[in-house]
Amino acid sequence: MSVTATARITAVADGRGSTALPVLESEGPLALRRTRSPDPAYTRVTVVGAMSAPLGGDRLAVEVLAGDGARLTVDSAAATVALPGAGPDAVPASYDVRLRVGEGAELHWLPEQIVSAYGSELDLTTRADLAATARLVLREEQVLGRHGERTGRLSTRLTVRRAGRPLLDQQLAYGPGAPGGWDGAAVLGGHRAVGQLLVVDPAFEDALPPPRLLGPCAALTPLAGPAVLVTALAADARLLRAVLDEALEGLLKETTALQEA
Amino acid sequence: MTTRAALLVLADGRFPAGGHAHSGGAEPAVKAGRIRDARDLEEFCLGRLHTTGLTSAALAAAAAQGLDPLALDEAADARTPSPALRNAARRLGRQLMRAARATWPSPELAALAEARPRGAHQPVVLGLTARSAGLEPADAAHCVVYETVSGPATAVVRLLSLDPFEASAVLARLAPALDRVAGQAAEAARHGIDALPAASAPLLDISAEAHAAWPVRLFAS
Amino acid sequence: MHLDHTHTGPAAVSADSARPDGTRRALRIGLGGPVGSGKTATVAALCRALRDRIAIAVVTNDIYTREDAAFLLRNAVLPPERIQAVETGACPHTAIRDDISANLEAVEDLEDSVGPLDLILVESGGDNLTATFSKGLVDAQVFVIDVAGGDDIPRKGGPGVTTADLLVVNKTDLAPYVGSDLGRMARDAAAQRGDLPVVFTSLTGADGVAPVADWVRERLADWTA
Repeated sequence: MSVTATARITAVADGRGSTALPVLESEGPLALRRTRSPDPAYTRVTVVGAMSAPLGGDRLAVEVLAGDGARLTVDSAAATVALPGAGPDAVPASYDVRLRVGEGAELHWLPEQIVSAYGSELDLTTRADLAATARLVLREEQVLGRHGERTGRLSTRLTVRRAGRPLLDQQLAYGPGAPGGWDGAAVLGGHRAVGQLLVVDPAFEDALPPPRLLGPCAALTPLAGPAVLVTALAADARLLRAVLDEALEGLLKETTALQEA
Repeated sequence: MTTRAALLVLADGRFPAGGHAHSGGAEPAVKAGRIRDARDLEEFCLGRLHTTGLTSAALAAAAAQGLDPLALDEAADARTPSPALRNAARRLGRQLMRAARATWPSPELAALAEARPRGAHQPVVLGLTARSAGLEPADAAHCVVYETVSGPATAVVRLLSLDPFEASAVLARLAPALDRVAGQAAEAARHGIDALPAASAPLLDISAEAHAAWPVRLFAS
Repeated sequence: MHLDHTHTGPAAVSADSARPDGTRRALRIGLGGPVGSGKTATVAALCRALRDRIAIAVVTNDIYTREDAAFLLRNAVLPPERIQAVETGACPHTAIRDDISANLEAVEDLEDSVGPLDLILVESGGDNLTATFSKGLVDAQVFVIDVAGGDDIPRKGGPGVTTADLLVVNKTDLAPYVGSDLGRMARDAAAQRGDLPVVFTSLTGADGVAPVADWVRERLADWTA
């Protein structure tokens, strides 16, 4: 029996320097908890529970709205493991993430990895619509197969629009049934963990960092708008996270310095 | 109207639009040891075809169909996170624009050249060139998918001294996939800019930045 | 020289003698020739000889990029913004003859970025005797050979030796050591080239590039006439 569930978060500036959560709706396997934020300026929500297993045919969605001036961090308690559906004619699972960030608002979307188990099929769609002065920190990590396991089929699309204009649009597709060449020298080259870290900040408007390599298989690239994308490949999830964590720390320092300047 | 010969002129590797100096990411892949033989080349080409090949072919088909080239140029930027690749795409677009205006001049080409004097993304210029030549969107898509794989194949012949017969055999084996992807691209273009594919290749993006930083290289990208 | 036809519209046709704003563009002279014959040394010497009175920039077409550009930079013959390297995908003759688009872009970029120029030297990567520049790219071309490459090169001919607007036979100071007969080279060159000029240079001597520099000044005088 497949599941259809949508979780919703609405965050608003409460006018006293904090962010309130007038909407915090869990549904089905998508359980949301307000958790303690290391930085009191941000309100934090953690996706917990059985979200860690979209089965074939499941249709999961998370909708996040950070209203004007709100500061919100959303993370998850554990990796999301895509598992095969029951029966031979199971349809792919879908997971749709819809993020909206208002003027002067800031959203950190930092879920744990998506792990594609052998035999699973998952289509992950992330769409972010940002106001012109919005800030976004977004991390996505795809891990192909659990430890020592072959991968399932995983397709992702990440679309980011800023002030109504396209800023970033990326589709990735891996695994059995994905178009040919996905593991070859142009796409993955045998790596089993892939990650993106996106930082959008209007402070980059006149001060985009130059491109640089972050190791043999990771690069920080300024986009055509006020944003930076880190693209990284690694042998496994742990090595990938190390690269992205270091990049995130550096980029947050950079944006803080630009905002203060 | 059948314009098969015009398509051959445009798709000819000798069409003077600057492509010969670009390896399509093959030079860094060879240096990293990821392309060592014809088999690796085939996997590389297949991966490139299904990612940037599809994305670029759809942009070209959309431009050939008459969609707003400036909006397509913006869509191309969003689909090209690597500044080295954006730069290469605009340089090639500018070089193609020169050839296009000498071969099939049109007010639409002139307008795009005026609006993007430093060059629009090459697939957008190619689509508009095809349109000026009286070609169909599917022709533009075919042209793009072919250069997506023929560029790296030619480069690898030079870089690895790969047997040119083997390289051509790789291209011939890829032909059915090329037709399929060109068809997909042309179909996607019928549904407007928001429906265009955005397939991307992490290694091509990362290695393009590495390559751009080399002090010495044979190919421009 | 092929400077007669003009074309309207931005950056449309390569051989236009005017820039998009209607001003006269720089004279473009190509320098080609076999590897090691002294093309880069000739370019460097020309820059030193001419730079005080003439606004010059250089485009290099290395086989393996930036070597020649780096040589010119190291020797500080021109400020760095006046030297641009073009990648040739391992085929320098393609970039100067068959598909000149990257070189055209480089010469136009130089004129746009460093302001009005009188002369742009386009140096080919070392290639073979058949390498010539497209008339869409340069207004005149110089072919540089040297005495150490063998005194039979002028006799063998080839498009570079036969058709270049100026043939430079370089390293004449080495002739006695390599057994090259300068008189024979001059006779063979004349037979191949008819009225086209040939000069002999030794860049190690004081003002050794003078014959080439004089020829360039004449071309410039024609261009601006």
